Amino acid sequence: MSNDLNTKDLDTEQVAGNGLLDRRLFLRQGGGLIGAVGMAAGLAGYSRPVHAETLVVPDWTKTPGAWLQGYTQPSKFEGKVVRGPLPNNLYNGIGPGNARTPLQYLDGMITPNGLHYERSHNGIPDIDPAGHQLLIHGLVKRPLTFTVEALSRYPMTSRISFVECAGNSGGMYAATPADGTAQSLHGLVSCAEWTGVSLAMLLEEAGVDPTAKWLVAEGADAAAMSRSVPIGKALDDAMVALYQNGERVRPSNGYPMRLLLPGYQGNMNVKWLRRIKLLREPAMTKDETSKYSLLVKDGKVAQFNFPMDAKSVITKPSPGINMTAPGLYEISGIAWSGHGKVAKVEVTADGGKSWAPAALSDPVLSKAITRFRIPWRWSGAPAILQSRAIDETGYVQPTREAQIAARGSRAAYHCNLITSWGVAANGEVKHVYA
Amino acid sequence: MFTRNIAAISVAALGFTVGLASAAESPGLGQPITEKEAAAWDLSIGPDGVGLPAGRGTVKRGEEVYLEKCQGCHGETGVGTPSDKLVGGQGTLMGDQAPVKTVGSFWPYATTLFDYIRRAMPLAEPQTMSDSDVYAVSAYVLNLNGIIGPRAVMDAKSLPKVKMPNRDNFYIVYPGQIK
Ligand code: HEC
Repeated sequence: MSNDLNTKDLDTEQVAGNGLLDRRLFLRQGGGLIGAVGMAAGLAGYSRPVHAETLVVPDWTKTPGAWLQGYTQPSKFEGKVVRGPLPNNLYNGIGPGNARTPLQYLDGMITPNGLHYERSHNGIPDIDPAGHQLLIHGLVKRPLTFTVEALSRYPMTSRISFVECAGNSGGMYAATPADGTAQSLHGLVSCAEWTGVSLAMLLEEAGVDPTAKWLVAEGADAAAMSRSVPIGKALDDAMVALYQNGERVRPSNGYPMRLLLPGYQGNMNVKWLRRIKLLREPAMTKDETSKYSLLVKDGKVAQFNFPMDAKSVITKPSPGINMTAPGLYEISGIAWSGHGKVAKVEVTADGGKSWAPAALSDPVLSKAITRFRIPWRWSGAPAILQSRAIDETGYVQPTREAQIAARGSRAAYHCNLITSWGVAANGEVKHVYA
Repeated sequence: MFTRNIAAISVAALGFTVGLASAAESPGLGQPITEKEAAAWDLSIGPDGVGLPAGRGTVKRGEEVYLEKCQGCHGETGVGTPSDKLVGGQGTLMGDQAPVKTVGSFWPYATTLFDYIRRAMPLAEPQTMSDSDVYAVSAYVLNLNGIIGPRAVMDAKSLPKVKMPNRDNFYIVYPGQIK
């Protein structure tokens, strides 16, 4: 370790047990570059790779590269970065299913469109935008229809927002820890920049009757997915989204238009949106009674629990993204809240005995995924890593015991308890309960 | 031309909805349609039965429909697999046991059954059954759960009157949030 840059300084920065270091460490040393050097040195001090030969000029530098493409694809060396695990094919390729975002292979706050999670209830309809319309009716002065072309002429609004399935992380209610990855346990959340027309503008054009307190939104898919939405949310920050990360919404995410209800359970963000009916009372559809309601204590069922509470998960390291050797690492992960901005993320390396604040990467946006990072000097001893998100309302992501004590373990949905990753002495990372 | 609108929209995004109506002038490209014309797309049935169409169905006819169109996925007499169980599970919602949520044990409204079957079932050919057959198969599923008798007839009047056994265990959280 003799050539380790700033070893002494780094070691004095421990801010919580088992090697967590000050979140500003990498920044203070003159930006990411020095930090990265420090980190490399920290690792290299233990097992510096040996180059038998001197540097060679690789073939790809001595051969002209591939020709231009109309729509580019990721490098063929990134083949493992795919959605999954895909469900069993029970009905000859039709029916409900979901595909999860590979959180552990991504960095930053944005989910690439091809990796956005998907939950669909009877496949992805093949919609010709020229034959698609949005109908707004019910308790309005003027029932109206809008073509995709017409909506494309409206003034657009953009926001970066996560969408999370209410069933995400549901496996964490189980009595024993599932042997899973960040993707398989928590991959039903993604974050994109959505651009579209303010729903309030369209509702005002139709003229909302003062007796309308709810609306039911319906999709043009073969499940005709339908969900009731309170009028307050519809007039607040709801959007009819036409674009996803700059391009038209992907078919798996609702092409040619989807409802976006920032922070609300994913299922309500109705894809392939074709109809909005204003109502006095909620419609009590199958997916807001039989499903997406929470069976809590004493057989009671909590219905219309809409915002997704604050949650966080460490993606690096995490199962499959193992530690290689003792040394200096960056712990990194994602945090989000359906109630607003993430105010703080704390990380522990000793199973919750001591916590240190992580750095939040800019931008930190309301109801968007926020990236957090904190340096960690791993000694090589077993460790338990956890993160907990605190949002701008002061809400703190609960422990497993606290969440289950409050609502029992049969709620199935809205699980946001703290995840524990156990790091073994050999560097392997596993999902554990701690 | 849109500067003013964009300002109004960003105000809306901040959560100030008051005044949006007058402030946000829209391009006005919505095409007027009558409620009568809209009915061709309107699948929504309220828990009070609003929206239920004409037609009627018996438990007996429902059994025929079920055997032909539903049994393959929901099992003989609704016992399930590979798809959801539609029958049974009463008494499993209490305590710590694994809950078996079915139409009979869990669903709060009988109208939801008509609404859902009409819009989404059978899985491979949704929206192909007659309204009377949807009433009939709804009646059959309710009868299998012991909620209505074998001679019951379901239509726009009788279906909303069916009281579902688990109805009173549902409570609405909004605008609150559960712990
Ligand atoms: C090809 C298989 C298949 C057939 C045939 C089928 N279903 Fe289904 N059914 C499903 C699947 C899959 C779901 C779950 C859909 C989802 O995830 O949203 C479902 C869900 C349901 C539900 C909701 C269950 C709950 O508790 O939430 C009802 C009720 C239902 N089906 C009734 C019927 C009826 C009545 C028929 C016959 C007219 C029928 N199904 C035919 C596959 C099928």
